[in-house]
Amino acid sequence: MTQTDLLTLLPNILLVTWACILLLVDLFIPQRRKGMIALLAVFGLAVVMGIVLAQAGREMTAFNGMIVVDGFSVFLSVLFLATGILGIAIAYGYLKRMGIERGEYYTLMLFSISGMLLMAQAADLIVIFLGLELLSIPLYVLAAWARPRLESEEAGLKYFLLGAFATGFVVYGIAMTFGATGSTRLSEIVARVAGGEAVTTLLLIGAALLLVGFGFKVAAVPFHMWTPDVYQGAPTSVTGFMAVGAKAAGFAALLRIFVSAFPSLSVDLVPVLWGLAAVTMIGGNLIAIAQTDIKRMLAYSSIAHAGYILMAFVPYGNPKVAHDSVASALFYLVAYAITSFGAWAMVIALEKAEGKGLEINDYAGLGRKHPAMAAAMTVFMLSLTGIPPTLGLIGKLYLFRSVVEGGFIGLAIIGVLTSLISAYYYLRVVVVMYMRDGDPQVTSESWLNLTIGAAALATVVLSFVPAALFTLASDAVLKLF
Amino acid sequence: MENSGLFFNLVPLIVFLPTVGLLINIIFGGRMSEKAIGTVASAASGLAFIVSLLLGYSLLASGSEAHVVPFAEWIKIGNLDIPWNFRVDTLSVTMMLVVSGVGTLIHIYAIGYMHEDVRFKDDVKRYGRFFVFLNLFIAMMMILVSGDSYLMLFVGWEGVGLCSFLLIGFWFEMDTLARPSWANSNAAKKAFIANRVGDFGFLLAAFTMFWYFGSLQFSEVFLKAEEVAASQPGVIMVITLFMLIGVTGKSAQIPLYVWLPDAMAGPTPVSALIHAATMVTAGVYLVTRSWALFSLVPDAQYVVALVGAITALFAATIAVGQYDIKKVLAYSTISQLGFMVAAVGMGAYVAGMFHLIAHAFFKALLFLSAGSIILGMERGHHHLANHGHADEHHEEVFDPGDMRNMGGLRKQMPVTFWLYMIGSLALAGIFPFAGFWSKDEILLDAAKNYSVVYVLLTIAAFLTAFYMGRQIWMVFFGKSRHAAAEHAQESPKVITVPLMVLAGASILGGALNLPYLHSLGQWLEHTIELAAEHGEEIRGYLSISWGGLNPVVALVSTLLALLAIGLSWLLYGRKPLQVGQIDPLKKMLGPLYTAFEKKYWVDEIYGALIINRYVDLARFLAEKVDWNFWHDWLHDSVIARFFRWFTKFLANPIDLGIIDAISNGLATLTKRSSTALRQLQNGFVRSYALSVLLGAVLILGYLLFK
Repeated sequence: MTQTDLLTLLPNILLVTWACILLLVDLFIPQRRKGMIALLAVFGLAVVMGIVLAQAGREMTAFNGMIVVDGFSVFLSVLFLATGILGIAIAYGYLKRMGIERGEYYTLMLFSISGMLLMAQAADLIVIFLGLELLSIPLYVLAAWARPRLESEEAGLKYFLLGAFATGFVVYGIAMTFGATGSTRLSEIVARVAGGEAVTTLLLIGAALLLVGFGFKVAAVPFHMWTPDVYQGAPTSVTGFMAVGAKAAGFAALLRIFVSAFPSLSVDLVPVLWGLAAVTMIGGNLIAIAQTDIKRMLAYSSIAHAGYILMAFVPYGNPKVAHDSVASALFYLVAYAITSFGAWAMVIALEKAEGKGLEINDYAGLGRKHPAMAAAMTVFMLSLTGIPPTLGLIGKLYLFRSVVEGGFIGLAIIGVLTSLISAYYYLRVVVVMYMRDGDPQVTSESWLNLTIGAAALATVVLSFVPAALFTLASDAVLKLF
Repeated sequence: MENSGLFFNLVPLIVFLPTVGLLINIIFGGRMSEKAIGTVASAASGLAFIVSLLLGYSLLASGSEAHVVPFAEWIKIGNLDIPWNFRVDTLSVTMMLVVSGVGTLIHIYAIGYMHEDVRFKDDVKRYGRFFVFLNLFIAMMMILVSGDSYLMLFVGWEGVGLCSFLLIGFWFEMDTLARPSWANSNAAKKAFIANRVGDFGFLLAAFTMFWYFGSLQFSEVFLKAEEVAASQPGVIMVITLFMLIGVTGKSAQIPLYVWLPDAMAGPTPVSALIHAATMVTAGVYLVTRSWALFSLVPDAQYVVALVGAITALFAATIAVGQYDIKKVLAYSTISQLGFMVAAVGMGAYVAGMFHLIAHAFFKALLFLSAGSIILGMERGHHHLANHGHADEHHEEVFDPGDMRNMGGLRKQMPVTFWLYMIGSLALAGIFPFAGFWSKDEILLDAAKNYSVVYVLLTIAAFLTAFYMGRQIWMVFFGKSRHAAAEHAQESPKVITVPLMVLAGASILGGALNLPYLHSLGQWLEHTIELAAEHGEEIRGYLSISWGGLNPVVALVSTLLALLAIGLSWLLYGRKPLQVGQIDPLKKMLGPLYTAFEKKYWVDEIYGALIINRYVDLARFLAEKVDWNFWHDWLHDSVIARFFRWFTKFLANPIDLGIIDAISNGLATLTKRSSTALRQLQNGFVRSYALSVLLGAVLILGYLLFK
């Protein structure tokens, strides 16, 4: 292991080491003080984020090209680490309240995040697979965290079974790709394809299988069916983390693979991606309408948003707009992460033990009883719909722009129409909050309130200065092409 | 620069000190005592006076040349750049000293006066509001006199107009006896509207100036004046005549003077400060400031001089026929402003400014003393009401300002009597009071070049002495014509002390510009280039009294003044007016006196010719055009009917029939498909896996067999 290898992988090494240490430390911390572990985990994530930021602007390749550091990896790593910190912030009081606080929760989160980091840095299909598993397995456990609550156990088991099934597709896709090109290294694959040494059919099958596997991770229709059940059954703090982190990691891998390894397949893949994006947007938004449970509603919402981000893949083979469209995808991921975290934090604030307080009707009267909370929730709902002045609107604007510039006006129209449909179920929450009388029970926890407030503020404020964020995203993807 | 140690950079303070004062009173006034409110406001004005003194010292110490102190960028659009600069020169500092000096005294006086006003009723908020307005006025007046461009001057010009409006209507909902009445607010509106007419003239002058000069800065305009005059004859004429319209509005000259007598509805300190000593002299200041323009067009100068002279005489005759103590002074003010305007019109800028300063002293003194008299009368009235033996007066409407109710006040209010005497002698132009020197200088200039103006002004001066004499005899001598006058009481120190200061200034003010010394002339010549330097032949009528004392002119005016006073003694002093007696002058002059008394029916004529016609037009527009035609016919009959038909059409067949059907259908479809799709979600892992598999098969199938 050379020094470069070490430096390149340093964030990951540190995070995993820290997680192991916390596992040991946990033994010596009494049950009442488990919150300590959360603080230590946040501390670890913050330190690692510092190191990642120190890597910013550098280009490094290690382990014979299996691991890289570039703008893309730094951007996403920061997003993942921030997701981790927010995930802990919303879990801190929630776990205590639900009586499921155990130190391993935070350790598992750290492991999962290290898997995400690995996916962001991977330049080899095997490493991507490694990262995927490292990310997923702790999540299976976390989903079942509220054991012995039946729904939680069911969620964990379903997630595990279907995840294993999907992983099979990924492995099979990697095998096919290797068969077609004789390499799993992304740069090698491109070189072989360019040199005409690749077997096109096999490569196409490989790409399709990878798409199916990661489509499962990001919850694209028709690979989405696990999502509502798992999101609903898992502890809400896990759901929030999963909805943002796991989805972003899946997209990170998809973007890396498709943009750097499969540009040659774009002609064949465009109709598939087009269809996937369209079906996901339509399906997610349509089914969300019928939901009465806020967690299921947000689950379908997350499916719908996967569809919007998938739109960015459609023009990826067009060199003129590819750069902007990938940058739009990253921008949208950030916008979705902020808004979604806020919304899930709100769900936690209203959730009570035994799965109470999760109906949309439980939000009635919030506007009068807790005006600040209701205002924040309104901001999140508006952002998810894409109504100004929120980050969600700007994200959609960038996405639709790149899709239209790529010549896929039909897809953009589907995007706009489904956004219109989504207004129905998002605004219903607002209507219930402000126009129905009720007596909502809100738990006030400082970390939770801080998360909600910060997310609402960022959603609004950043929408006034979107150019700065977009420039960051744009710089991040510069080296991918 | 040798400016170190000098105080030019302090000049913005003259605006901001009063602003700070008014802000303090706005924010904390509600929780402060009356004394504190008055002290803050007076201190703000007093500090501005000190700054003005420092500026005057700085000018003297640095050779009296004009200084422009840049302060802030104001308007910058393309090539147009109008900064907010302060101009410190001998003219502006003179004005600053008058405004802040007299202003401070009046602030102090108002502390006592406003407290005693019968309408006050311990409403501290209202009391504070008065001082806020006064401070705002000082700030605005300072902007007016210190601005370096016509636009800044206009800002101040409008600002003081606003303050005038606010203060005339200060007791907007009641009359002098606190009975509900809209007379005061109507007077305020009248003042504001008459001033707007004048402001319009000012604006036209400014627009024309900007069009031909490309600038509104004093320095640039004056520099280009001769060039423009040579290439575009007539332009300067137009500008100066438009300016004259502005002057007639602000300085109450014919034909726009009508607002000033009504403005006496404001509290007496306001009459003294705004409507006698400072704001109304803004027009005189404007002409003086624009000397470089006026000097180029002798015809315009002549018009200005004539307007001033005619106004001086016209208003003096009206003053003879008035009974209200403040109304007499109001018409006197108009008349004296006529003197000043005539002076600056003749190019006698120094004489005009001299009279402006002297007039500020003695007219403020007279107004404030009149206020003291009115308060004294009110105290007497109050005393009667409290001491029972005045039942017969209970129902009677008592006007404390009517001279026919007074008489013999010399005994009850000795201090005020002597102060009033000093003011009156100064106004009448009796040697050696300030008015003698300043008025004489104007007459001297008129006698040299403008015989018509000289005759008009001399008669006006005669009348001035007469109506002042009439007032003195009626107010202070003879027997009380009303029980309230019998019980009138002297005013407290806070009121009389500022008056003594003003009285001192009225006595000694003449020393500012004694003949042969010309200290004011030498001071102002740094700002106004005097004819002597340019040669009379180029400047036509421009002439500054530089000669000395013309014994004939001085003798004539003094003799006439004494004669007038004697005449007034014959009519009003020898046989004092009795209760209910008709004015003796009325017997002598008959209808002419009625014309004086009725102010030549100017208000009625304006009403008949302009105001009522305007109201007719407005009514026509409102009732016929707007209501009958526009609302009833066009809107209700044509547009609304069509619209109703059209909306019905849109609503029934189009909206309900087609659009709603489609959107409701879509919504139903969406909801149904949502429910249907939801059925797929059956909770079994096997069907979920099947879905994944189906997806994979579909994709692969498409890719392989397309």
